[in-house]
Amino acid sequence: MNTEQQIWTEEIKSKESLFSVNLKEVWQYRDLLLMLVKRDYVTFYKQTILGPIWFFIQPTLTTLVYVILFGRLAGLSTDGTPQIAFYLAGITVWNYFSESLTKTSTVFKDNAALMGKVYFPRLIMPLSIVVSGLMKFGIQFTLFLAAVLYFTFIKQTIQPNIWVLATPLLLFLMAAFSLGLGMIFSSLTNKYKDLFFLLTFGIQLFMYATPVVYSMSSIPDKYQWLVLANPLTPIFECFRYGFLGSGSFDPSSLLLSSGVTVLVLTLGIVIFNKAEKSFMDTI
Amino acid sequence: MKKLAIKAENISKQYRLGEVGTGTLSHDLNRLWYKMRGKEDPYLKIGESNDRSTKGESDYVWSLRDINFEIEQGDSMGIIGKNGAGKSTLLKILSKVTKPTTGSIKVNGRIASLLEVGTGFNPEMTGRENIYLNGAILGMRRAEITRKLDEIIDFSGVERYIDTPVKRYSSGMYVRLAFAVAAHLESEILIVDEVLAVGDAEFQKKCLGKMGEVSKGEGRTVLFVSHNMASIHNLCNTGILLERGIIKNYGCIDNLIFDYLKDKKALVDLFKREDRQGNGIIKFKNIEVDIYISPLNDVNAIFTLVLDNKFKSATSNFKIDVNIVNSLGDTVTQLSTDYSSKVSVINFNAEKVIFKIENFNLSPGDYNIRLYLEIQNEISDWIENALSFSVPEFDIFSTGKILNFGYGSFYLKHDYIIE
Repeated sequence: MNTEQQIWTEEIKSKESLFSVNLKEVWQYRDLLLMLVKRDYVTFYKQTILGPIWFFIQPTLTTLVYVILFGRLAGLSTDGTPQIAFYLAGITVWNYFSESLTKTSTVFKDNAALMGKVYFPRLIMPLSIVVSGLMKFGIQFTLFLAAVLYFTFIKQTIQPNIWVLATPLLLFLMAAFSLGLGMIFSSLTNKYKDLFFLLTFGIQLFMYATPVVYSMSSIPDKYQWLVLANPLTPIFECFRYGFLGSGSFDPSSLLLSSGVTVLVLTLGIVIFNKAEKSFMDTI
Repeated sequence: MKKLAIKAENISKQYRLGEVGTGTLSHDLNRLWYKMRGKEDPYLKIGESNDRSTKGESDYVWSLRDINFEIEQGDSMGIIGKNGAGKSTLLKILSKVTKPTTGSIKVNGRIASLLEVGTGFNPEMTGRENIYLNGAILGMRRAEITRKLDEIIDFSGVERYIDTPVKRYSSGMYVRLAFAVAAHLESEILIVDEVLAVGDAEFQKKCLGKMGEVSKGEGRTVLFVSHNMASIHNLCNTGILLERGIIKNYGCIDNLIFDYLKDKKALVDLFKREDRQGNGIIKFKNIEVDIYISPLNDVNAIFTLVLDNKFKSATSNFKIDVNIVNSLGDTVTQLSTDYSSKVSVINFNAEKVIFKIENFNLSPGDYNIRLYLEIQNEISDWIENALSFSVPEFDIFSTGKILNFGYGSFYLKHDYIIE
């Protein structure tokens, strides 16, 4: 008679505590994250010949429209920096944020076929979206960098400073913020589809609450708090301050925005973790 | 006592029927309200068993109800049941795709589930890249895949195309590659849904062989769902039989298959059928078909025709035919009183005609019955499509193999000698 103790390595339960997020498991599946990013990369290059070029065309055209609309017609201040560089900076960063957010918010819907058939830590999916987004950002960033170099050395109208080095941190904050926000929405849109329409529309409006097409200095003092309450504001301001050497930037506000980001991300993970357990039944 | 690999306790799964719409929010709010007051979820109490053919009272159904079972390490368990019995739901819960409404499952070891072959395959990527992607989705580490890459490619038999995007593959190659990845998973527990329905006969054999090797040779635990009783019989030693979300029977797989196939009884009431011809002196009241396995592992069948008899006299001049028609509309064979040398008399007492068939050797599939009754050279009753029944995939040859699809409408038990 074998008296060896029965051991269980795992338990699948109907109810789990709110904070039972298994980050260790996510780490175990890190190769999947890499493969998913690679998949996005491969499909992105194989689809069209013009593939990567489209990513240049979109920000270029948008910048031109903004230059005409906000720069020439509305005459919004760009803090004395060249309008093209100013808008390009905003668009490059905003594109990354808005795309990460929209894609993360529909992660369940977009991957229902896969998630309905096989288990893996669901957190991997939104993570891969945010990481893959960096690829597109990278391409648009080179375009922006070209503009910065042009205006720094040839036109000599801008002066980048040491805050350029904060870019990885800014990217990280933005990734974390869009990931957190996206995961909150993904859990809700999964059940209530209406919210997706609200979100796509909301992102457009949110852009105007973020200093993308204007600078903080052009906001009347009594409305400043409104824009400052947005955790994205310091990120955009810091980015422009670093590369274009213009605008007002307060390092302490970046700290505050980091705090908010951590909060949103934590909330996102907890909600997402709860939703992923039963999303297949509601999708 | 052997160690357990899986222990399931009181698993239930409730689904909400109908559309997820406005009702969802109100139900959610109601749930929250009960929860805030520390009460039980009000919607868990309602719900009925999952019988899709009848209209139910409630919006909630129990797809699974109070499922308890244990699987020992190294066992291979077959899950059988009709469509809608809850097999797939159970597999989904076990593979963590969805969670149970109540209950818990304790697991010892890594679970790899194969509810579909080629999940997450990307058409743009090459075969090699897809091996890595699919392997990663199934939970393999990159190094693990690299170590087994040659073996996987070899097993799949698509070596020549391995650096071609899989969108250029034939569907057979696609499945081969996908199964090859899954077959090389290093997990203690393997869950397989009916994935072998795809692929050609040769590859099916190879997969079944590989799975048998997995459970018997390597001591892994296998859970297998299939409608193919032959492969279940061949692969599994234990099983559970589900019916409308509850366990009807469990234990030795042979008994379960017997129990499951025993149910292959079809009964149809013909009394109200209007689309019939004949003078109606004797009419068919109902028909029952019972196909079962004899203790000698032969398939037998009994056709019982119950008659509505208004015949006043007695005669031996009659003819009763049961024509068996396959799904293509061809009459496969005929049972008839005409072929017998027996001289019988039909009179006002006649209530039933029973045909008994030994070695009911029709190949698996769906069939229809045409009934014909002639008395004193006049048509008395004639019904097309009186009843449809299906012949299940019995393990006729006792080898787990069934007649290859498209190779005949009946089988012959046979042997061969090499001289």
